[in-house]
Amino acid sequence: MADAPADVPRTTDDVRRDYMAMTQRRRLYSGLILVIFVALMVSGFRIADARNAGGFWDGWHNVLDFPAQVWGEAAEKIQELPANLVTFLPALIETVNIAAASTLVGTLLAIVISLLATRGLARWPRLIPVFRRIMDIMRAIPEIVIALILIFVMGGGPVPAMIAIAFHTVGALGKLFSEVNENASLQPVEGLQSVGASWSQRMLLGVMPQVAPNYLSYTLLRFEINVRASAILGFVGAGGIGYELRNTMSWGQGQFDEAAAIFLLLFLTIILFDQLSSHFRERLTKGAAL
Amino acid sequence: MLTIANLTKQFGRNTAVDAVSFTVNKPGMIGIIGRSGAGKSTLLRMLNRLTDASEGRIEFEGRDVTALAGKAKRAWQSDCAMIFQQFNLVPRMDVVSNVLHGTLNRRSVMTTMFNLYPQADIHRAIDILDRLGIAEHAPKRAEALSGGQQQRVAIARALMQEPKVVLADEPIASLDPMNAQLVMEDLRRIHEEDGRTVIANLHTLDTARRYCERVIGMREGRIVFDGTPQQLTTGVARDIYGADASFSEDSTSTSFESLDRETREALYEAEATV
Repeated sequence: MADAPADVPRTTDDVRRDYMAMTQRRRLYSGLILVIFVALMVSGFRIADARNAGGFWDGWHNVLDFPAQVWGEAAEKIQELPANLVTFLPALIETVNIAAASTLVGTLLAIVISLLATRGLARWPRLIPVFRRIMDIMRAIPEIVIALILIFVMGGGPVPAMIAIAFHTVGALGKLFSEVNENASLQPVEGLQSVGASWSQRMLLGVMPQVAPNYLSYTLLRFEINVRASAILGFVGAGGIGYELRNTMSWGQGQFDEAAAIFLLLFLTIILFDQLSSHFRERLTKGAAL
Repeated sequence: MLTIANLTKQFGRNTAVDAVSFTVNKPGMIGIIGRSGAGKSTLLRMLNRLTDASEGRIEFEGRDVTALAGKAKRAWQSDCAMIFQQFNLVPRMDVVSNVLHGTLNRRSVMTTMFNLYPQADIHRAIDILDRLGIAEHAPKRAEALSGGQQQRVAIARALMQEPKVVLADEPIASLDPMNAQLVMEDLRRIHEEDGRTVIANLHTLDTARRYCERVIGMREGRIVFDGTPQQLTTGVARDIYGADASFSEDSTSTSFESLDRETREALYEAEATV
């Protein structure tokens, strides 16, 4: 490439022509993508509608019937609401407990496995694919399947739910953490390596301070998701507020006031933890050094 | 044309810009000089309405700029282009798209989303790039260009706006002397050939002297000098920069040749210790 390369346009007209051609090509691509997107949406909707027992167009105007009935019954017995809230509080605490324990256990394991699965940081670089596949498996199996198996083996209760949620959390958070780790600077790690630090020391002192704010942010989001997951697992006999919700939500028992109280409790819990997490995230990213 | 009256900006208890008033009667090339933290950037940001003023008034051709909101404010921003120290381009988009961003105020969200700029605009964008000597980089991503080239793309974006005023906030502070000269010459041409007003924050005296016909000196948020480059004596400069008798103009210079050997060596040493 000693003399001027032939593919560099010389005149403004060449630049104009080439750029217009490129723009036309790009417009064509975005047009095609738009067409494919619309086609997928329409066909997907039609398949779903055809397989539906009731049919979307026949049933959609009934959507508001259930909330309306819950609202109606709850409004009728509004004076019982405080008593209901108190009644279901212990069940809520059990649910939050399951979520907290599983998030804690899951996060600790996720940190270790994510470090082992990150290029540049891994203790055994050759085993990176192995740890990645382990995380994939953990993410792929739904919590409810693990919970059902464990309940079958160990009997109902909060412990199977805790293990099931923690298992899924390791896979889900491990993936997110390892993406955070990839963006961490390797210079501090190398600095610690040069003074003879072990792998654990390098990770603890070189990587953790860089990634902690992001870890915390993902963990708190996961905690919110886990509160909801542990409520759902109550449906299959894992205890907590989900069990109570299943009982009160059945049609025609006149217990919708209690269902409304449970929804309210869950809603308040999510708001509380959302506020808490934004508070701590703020402090960790802007506040004092870790 | 442009009247600034009593313009003040407070950040908490700090006053960044303190009752600044000046008038521009005809299109000119104006340099604002001062130490870092003197309030130069805040002043320009208030002119573009990136920052709201705490007190005071900006008036441009009968428009009360400080009172504008919503659509009218965005229309003013389109009339009053801004060039930044760190270029502020979209790094992953190509050069022409970045220049076409200058027309965003006239385009709807849908047209911009599907990249449906009119062909005339695209041709004009390439012509502007050609005028600034970087047309051959048109299809490249902005991040692939050097600092000087990126700053010229930013100037092209500003020109695409067809602005009445061009504000430049330390346009050459992150460029090497060679590119700094090219960018300053481009700004000068915008003023001379297109008759637009250019207001540039500069932190070096010699650049202001060389390219501007009017120099405003700021210190601690206040205007302490407003006049021609000829009136800008060493004594006045000392006052602007708050320096003592040992101050010489060379110490604020960016052009390498004007430094004497001793200063150059001192610079090397200083850089080595940083």
